[in-house]
Amino acid sequence: MAESQHYVLHVNGMPHEVGDAWVGESLLYVLRERLGLTGSKGACEQGECGSCSVLIDGELICSCLVLAASATDQEIVTIEGIAPVGSPTDVQDAFVEFGAVQCGFCTPGLIMAAHALLERTPQPSETEIREELSGNICRCTGYGRIIEAVQRVAVSRTDQR
Amino acid sequence: MTVLVATTLNEALELLSAEPDAMVLAGGTDAMVEINMGHRRPEGVVAVGRIPELRTWSYNAESATLRIGAAVTYGELESDPFVRWVPALSQAARTVGSPQIRHAATLGGNVATCSPAGDGLPVLAALEATVHLVSLDGSRSIQFSDFMTGPKRTALWPGELIESVSLPVFSGWQGYAKVGVRNAMVISNAGACLVVDDVGGVRIALGSVGPTILRCAEAESFAVSVVDVQGGSVAESDAQEFGRLVASAAQPIDDHRSTAAYRRHAIEVLARRLLRRAFPNG
Repeated sequence: MAESQHYVLHVNGMPHEVGDAWVGESLLYVLRERLGLTGSKGACEQGECGSCSVLIDGELICSCLVLAASATDQEIVTIEGIAPVGSPTDVQDAFVEFGAVQCGFCTPGLIMAAHALLERTPQPSETEIREELSGNICRCTGYGRIIEAVQRVAVSRTDQR
Repeated sequence: MTVLVATTLNEALELLSAEPDAMVLAGGTDAMVEINMGHRRPEGVVAVGRIPELRTWSYNAESATLRIGAAVTYGELESDPFVRWVPALSQAARTVGSPQIRHAATLGGNVATCSPAGDGLPVLAALEATVHLVSLDGSRSIQFSDFMTGPKRTALWPGELIESVSLPVFSGWQGYAKVGVRNAMVISNAGACLVVDDVGGVRIALGSVGPTILRCAEAESFAVSVVDVQGGSVAESDAQEFGRLVASAAQPIDDHRSTAAYRRHAIEVLARRLLRRAFPNG
């Protein structure tokens, strides 16, 4: 048995100590079970569903496919860090307004993916939205309302400029 | 030992030499699936994904050769400058997993895993890429076709790391196409890369239809004999024959993802389409 791990993760702007961890723990496991950040969801554990998406140094990544102990010295942002409780982002507001949330399980991952998409491509076409969100599976909505929500945010951000 | 996040190549090699059983971790998109599913329980890990030497690429204009560090991600390979220099590799990159996967997954990891379904591999085979390996004892460079010895089997020695891959930059047409059960987030059931090299050759390499990536010598020489390079054209009947020759060179099997018969059909269609895309006139 490998010796236990002690390391520090930087999550949502704060250092978090992780102690007595097993060497093979995924970032998703550590976020949820050790740090109590249960916004990122675990489903497939093989990078297919996108429910666990987080930003690592600004890149959208499946936290289930990150070895937690290798993510030291990187800036990790989870759904909890995207906005303070009670002050949703424009993307979160649009998801509510357009009915892009049904059961809600995929929503944290989709919100992270939508933010990453709009950072990279402020004026995405529908094809670009579909391609960029292709790593996030939703079994409820059929995606139409999710795409409308993202399009609305793109338009309203442009209007504000 | 436990987890080393290597910051230099030498640090990683020293650890790997001292602990040959340590798992080498790059993007994690293959390795973490095995760990999460309980198929692998590493005692120690050497994380190489953030080693600066492996994160770089360089272009040698004199030899028209591109050298890509092993930890360059598929997310990077799908955009500039790679899309101009090795468009087939960018096309293959864009078909890998999802944006989340591509931001993590590396070219070196694809080469190290060496699955017959690895999307980058037919491109490396068609371009006759060289794989550069490094260990504390020194470095060596071998052809990709010699590196991949079987399904998920490689010529990598214990204590050795993949440092980079080098590829020729050609001016002719090249492309990658694959068939899976859907467009996104899919492992290929059949995939092919077609390259027109700078000396009038047509090359095609096949993925997911054999134990390794397959080249098709007969189909390649047939293509050279029938295409009009200057006019950029090929007769439809010749493209069909090219597809048949490629299909007869395939060695597909039945498995959980597809059947041999379907794979043979799909690779025939892909080969015909790629040749028509390379020579679209007439």
